[in-house]
Amino acid sequence: MENQFFVDSEYLSPEALEKKHRLETDPSSRKDPMEYLPGMEKIESDVCKNVMGHMNSYDYSKYTAKDVRTALEHETCSIEDLKALLSPAAEPFLEEMAERARLETSRHFGNTVYIFTPLYIANYCENYCVYCGFNCYNHINRMKLNMEQIESEMKIIAESGMEEILILTGESRAQSDVEYIGEACKLARKYFRMVGLEIYPVNTDEYRYLHECGADYVTVFQETYDIEKYETLHLMGHKRVWPYRFDAQERALMGGMRGVAFSALLGLSDFRKDALASALHVYYLQRKYPYAEMSLSCPRLRPIINNDKINPLDVHERQLCQILCAYRIFLPFVGITVSSRESAEFRNGIVKIAATKVSAGVSTGIGDHETKYSGKESGGEQGDEQFEINDSRSLDKMYKDIANEGLQPVLNDYLYV
Amino acid sequence: MDDKLIIGGHEFNSRFILGSGKYSLNLIEAAVKYAGAEIITLAVRRANTKEQENILDFIPKRITLLPNTSGARTAEEAVRIARLARELGCGDFVKIEIMRDSKYLLPDNQETIKATEILAKEGFVVMPYMYPDLNCARDLVNAGAAAVMPLASPIGSNKGLATKDFIQILIDEIDLPIIVDAGIGRPSQACEAMEMGAAAIMANTALATAGDLPMMAEAFRKAIEAGRKAYLSGLGRVLTRGASASDPLTGFLRD
Repeated sequence: MENQFFVDSEYLSPEALEKKHRLETDPSSRKDPMEYLPGMEKIESDVCKNVMGHMNSYDYSKYTAKDVRTALEHETCSIEDLKALLSPAAEPFLEEMAERARLETSRHFGNTVYIFTPLYIANYCENYCVYCGFNCYNHINRMKLNMEQIESEMKIIAESGMEEILILTGESRAQSDVEYIGEACKLARKYFRMVGLEIYPVNTDEYRYLHECGADYVTVFQETYDIEKYETLHLMGHKRVWPYRFDAQERALMGGMRGVAFSALLGLSDFRKDALASALHVYYLQRKYPYAEMSLSCPRLRPIINNDKINPLDVHERQLCQILCAYRIFLPFVGITVSSRESAEFRNGIVKIAATKVSAGVSTGIGDHETKYSGKESGGEQGDEQFEINDSRSLDKMYKDIANEGLQPVLNDYLYV
Repeated sequence: MDDKLIIGGHEFNSRFILGSGKYSLNLIEAAVKYAGAEIITLAVRRANTKEQENILDFIPKRITLLPNTSGARTAEEAVRIARLARELGCGDFVKIEIMRDSKYLLPDNQETIKATEILAKEGFVVMPYMYPDLNCARDLVNAGAAAVMPLASPIGSNKGLATKDFIQILIDEIDLPIIVDAGIGRPSQACEAMEMGAAAIMANTALATAGDLPMMAEAFRKAIEAGRKAYLSGLGRVLTRGASASDPLTGFLRD
């Protein structure tokens, strides 16, 4: 079964519709995803070659229960062990994997769970990524907050007690340029202890500028490491350039960021291969930049406005849990974030095993924190959401729920130096 | 018997120091009440919060705070964090932690020496966390350190005295308190380090991950006391350098 991603909006002009259909049906109308666009920085790195070598040769069907048992017996998990743990042969060992993962998590993080919230400041986008609510052909309310509005949103969030924020935009350089994002970071520094960014990939000097503005963490999701599949999902825009996106974390570290976060969007392609590539992306970059802090996320596909049928296909909760346990056993020291794409029940369970960070008080829309936090209609305009969330707990509720699980919620463990 | 731990002119009765890794309020309470801790490490970055439950508020006033510079990747960053700790009212003690490695969290000795020199000149009581290397330890002494804190094994690993022989060299050669930090997973390992002549033990994970916190805290206190007494009573003079032959090798000597 496949997801049916293509949705035509009645608001599109005949010319726009024609272009959209051509992109969807005629591969020759699309740009080469390996070709850099003007202005995109190219860096020398062998990380990609290493990751893709393993992914392309990964045949998970050849692993057996014996390989999985051996992997679990090893004190240090090798790449070969990781491949066994991500294979279908490991599914019957989920409980053992969870026990081992819990041990590693507690060894490296104790019983702490970090809490953060995302803040979307703009949802304009120049890309046509067929599964995303922000894609340029999707008819949604578009909005970009001005500095006054951003500050007002930040105040509301800060008053809830939140100390870590992740600033997000749609991927439009024209609407949300680097200076605009930089100004938002400077504001965020006033209200929060820790400022992360999830924006379109930029060049090293731009990451350096954003770091100087106060951001210290960069999240870029590769969506899928399978280039052939990627090409059929990201039909237009700068995001189509796969290798520029792959090297984003490395450029961010070269630009002075303390940490970087990675992920594939599970459900787009072969999830076992994507999970392997995500973990190895972290592994090889950590070997090159050993001082950097790294974290992994594990988003699964969610329904969007105008397409409520989108789902993560064969990545059920059991598979997601297997992936997260494998990540934890292979990379005991990395942070693992589980977002509000997952249910409260799943998140309550997984923080006891492998996850170290969860979001709370989440909105993936634009300018709607007052409405969402106080229930008051703000009267101001609002921008539509990127995807439907699955866990709407407030910070207060999340804090209490984590504490009730016998874990220790932490709002900040970070210093900008 | 008067057997005080003296660090930078300050006297302590307890030789257990609580590390900062896995903090919880229960842990602090158990460390003070049952392990007798008089020094508690505090990660400055973790105290950098507006949270209702700021750790600073839960540490009894009579306890000496030992702010650490975790999160620092260079000497310069460690110095900045130490100064911030002073501004936050954490006193003059500082534990230098400089890691250029997020996987094993091993300390960077070179940068640690640099930071020690700067902070000692600024009047801090500097306690550097280091990889047990004699040359580095001597440089730390010259740089003005008040104690030297070698790691026993990788932090959080609970693997005990993996670097035992090298820590022994530091104990034998360095005229500052040698405080064993990181990797001590059991009271027996703490006891062993104390028997060797370590001045104190720092631990966190071993307590934090115990089933019964207060009981484990008490076990550590007793183990440390036992090891200290064994050391003071002269353990180590008894045939440590090989067995004694029943017929002395030099028995043939006549005049």
